Amino acid sequence: MENLILKLKKQIIDALNLEDMEPDEIETDEALFDDGLGLDSIDALELIVLTEKNYGIKIEDPKDGKKIFYSVKTLAEFIKKHKTN
Amino acid sequence: MIYINGAASISPQNSLDFNEFVKKMLEYEDDFLKSIKPDCKEYMKPIQARRLSKTVKNGIICSRIAMQQAEIEMPDAVIFGTGLGIVLDTEKFLEKMLKDKEEYLTPTSFIQSTHNTVAAQIAQKIKCHNYNFTYVNRGFSFESALLDAVMHIKEAKKNILIGGGDEMTEHYFHIIKKTGIWKQTPTKNTELLNYKTNGVLCGEAVSFFILSDEKKDETFAELKDIRMFYKPDNVSEIKTQIKDFLTKNNTEYSDIDLIITGHTGDKNNDAVFEAILSENLPETPAVYYKHLCGEFQTANAFAFWLANNIIKHQKYPDFIKLNDKNPEKIETVLIYNHYFNINHSLILLSRP
Amino acid sequence: MSKKIYISGISAISAIGNNVAENFDALINQKSGIGKITQLNTIHKNEIPVGEIKLSDKQLKEKLSITDNQAYTRTALLGITAVKEALKNAEISEINKYKTGIVSATTVAGMTSSEKFYLDFLNTDFYNDFIKTHEAADSTEKIADYFGIKEFMTTVSTACSSSANAIMTGARLIKNGLLDRVIVGGTDALSKFTLNGFNTLIILDREPCKPFDNERKGLNLGEAAAYLILESEDIVKKEHKKPLAELSGYANANDAYHQTASSPEGYGASLAMLQALENANLKPSEIDYINVHGTGTANNDLSEGRAMLKVFDNKVPKFSSTKAYTGHTLAAAGSLEAVYSVLSIQNKVIFPNLRFKNKIQEFNLIPETELIRNTDIKHIMSNSFGFGGNGTVLIISEINQ
Repeated sequence: MENLILKLKKQIIDALNLEDMEPDEIETDEALFDDGLGLDSIDALELIVLTEKNYGIKIEDPKDGKKIFYSVKTLAEFIKKHKTN
Repeated sequence: MIYINGAASISPQNSLDFNEFVKKMLEYEDDFLKSIKPDCKEYMKPIQARRLSKTVKNGIICSRIAMQQAEIEMPDAVIFGTGLGIVLDTEKFLEKMLKDKEEYLTPTSFIQSTHNTVAAQIAQKIKCHNYNFTYVNRGFSFESALLDAVMHIKEAKKNILIGGGDEMTEHYFHIIKKTGIWKQTPTKNTELLNYKTNGVLCGEAVSFFILSDEKKDETFAELKDIRMFYKPDNVSEIKTQIKDFLTKNNTEYSDIDLIITGHTGDKNNDAVFEAILSENLPETPAVYYKHLCGEFQTANAFAFWLANNIIKHQKYPDFIKLNDKNPEKIETVLIYNHYFNINHSLILLSRP
Repeated sequence: MSKKIYISGISAISAIGNNVAENFDALINQKSGIGKITQLNTIHKNEIPVGEIKLSDKQLKEKLSITDNQAYTRTALLGITAVKEALKNAEISEINKYKTGIVSATTVAGMTSSEKFYLDFLNTDFYNDFIKTHEAADSTEKIADYFGIKEFMTTVSTACSSSANAIMTGARLIKNGLLDRVIVGGTDALSKFTLNGFNTLIILDREPCKPFDNERKGLNLGEAAAYLILESEDIVKKEHKKPLAELSGYANANDAYHQTASSPEGYGASLAMLQALENANLKPSEIDYINVHGTGTANNDLSEGRAMLKVFDNKVPKFSSTKAYTGHTLAAAGSLEAVYSVLSIQNKVIFPNLRFKNKIQEFNLIPETELIRNTDIKHIMSNSFGFGGNGTVLIISEINQ
């Protein structure tokens, strides 16, 4: 899980073009959207493709993204659950 | 009366500070001239900059500096001119789409690729709900924005944020190079007018200005008039246009203290400038600027920045001189530029 | 200087017709132009419907007597086709008799051709003249050169509000005394680039779109070119012209909220509507019909609806979205819908909002679903809102006899 979390942080920084940010600057439990890191709906669409491209998991309804992408932790848990299934 | 109360430019030179700029010319030997990279962190957090490409970031920075100089917080309009828009993001999306056969595409570079990104992002940053506009007509892009700003002042608006800029990329350079309009080998910008090779040296820059109906202590210059003309048939038509433009503004050739021309380093391209200088303005001090920023659709926005600063500071560096004539005073400045003989423009400025 | 701006000619080529008459016929007969992709080579061919113009580039060239080997993008060809009709409609034979300019809008510009050759241009020695047609100015220059317009030209690109803005600039150029006559409008051809771009935003309906319906699933992209001839009072007097309508108001405001989404309350949209009313010196109650932006996305229709409720103080005039016929034609949408507004005034009709079934649950707004005939229309509001918060509202009015 720790590995997956670090990998995800790196992928998020890369996909969202968060230049000058380091993985440990993203808190694992912190909200990615709104008052947390400050991501928005466009970032959510980037994350949907990130999840599909790197982990083969398709999120059909963008509305589901809200829960899944709440934090790096929730995303990691979602990936873990759907990959083993 | 229309005054320029703010002027900021990010270019391949130290143009963020005119006093630094005049000290020395930054020298390059490259396919095209690239803008210096300003420190963005001073102006925005990384999370805010995450989707913004170079031109958008530089536009935001320049607009902020121009607004600070003019001491205004909210302009009555935001107007930008760009020939090509955000080329890098356009290429990113296009290349991904073509290579991945339309799969796994994400929206960010598509959103950034639209021409109106710069003006829109500035509005979003400063929460400006006023008039917002983007002109995209090759060598008339910046000039159209300027004309629109002039109309706004005449329509009783007070402060207009107006800019122009373009970006050059490796891929776009490589593609357009095939048409032969650009220099085919890396060129020293210091030797632009040696005319050793054909083609123009291209480049990039972004500039922003505040046009205002009010003269202040900080005012750079007064904008007298702007004119565009399209594909003139010959030099004689150009001369008629210039004469007519000056007459309309009660100005004689002899009133011009300084002319700024758009020399590009391509002999054919520069012939009309030479003709006008030698036949109509033989005694007038003349300067050029495209060895500083290169040629691109909105290079004239950089010339506009240069003219404003020359008038305000009443000085200019030797490295922009075209002839050895020196003005006694710099009251009236004419900018004459053309983009590949398609888009010609005249801008007349005076000391406020 | 001209106080009034007259519309003396109109044109349209879209998915529902190759000229104004065909467009009008489809509008009153409720024939939608949304269908399967046939011209674009894309993997989305069978899943994403669009509003496509049925003529190929070759056919368009033939109609304009342009030889097939010349590098004209589809965007330019549609633009020339439409401008030709507008000039004819305004009975202009000598284009440079008055100071005439063109303000044309495009978003896709030369991408329709660039995307076909890009990798070859980049990676191989391949060369053809489409290497020079990428820039947005290309289509405007091609139009200007085709008709010999030299006095003034510019190109506007403000996403989905582009041609509404071109109309506004044209009007201001006349009001400022810089031109007597301006050809204004926009042209956008369908491209893989835009189709895939909108697809990544997950706002494309897989079925024909349902603007202002509770079950709306997104927009359909379309292609079109539409132009209007704006003339000063002087020309109209001198030439004893009978203009089709008056452009009585316009306003441009920015939502300043998000790059692609509209603010929930439609702040920028309501500002543009209010300012356009002020510019036209009209009260909200004087608007007889609104041709809404109404793209069919969840976000736009909700935001636009709320803005209308605010501007019209809950007494929203009759309204409909004609995008259900044509798809969202991006840079051409504002001028295409301005042309439809002129048609409404001329023919005393209101075109229905196709496929509407249930009102949006958040408010009580029902668009017109049947064709309304013989209705007096004095003032029409036409809305255009786009990416980057760019929004422009036009008001088109009956000529005061």
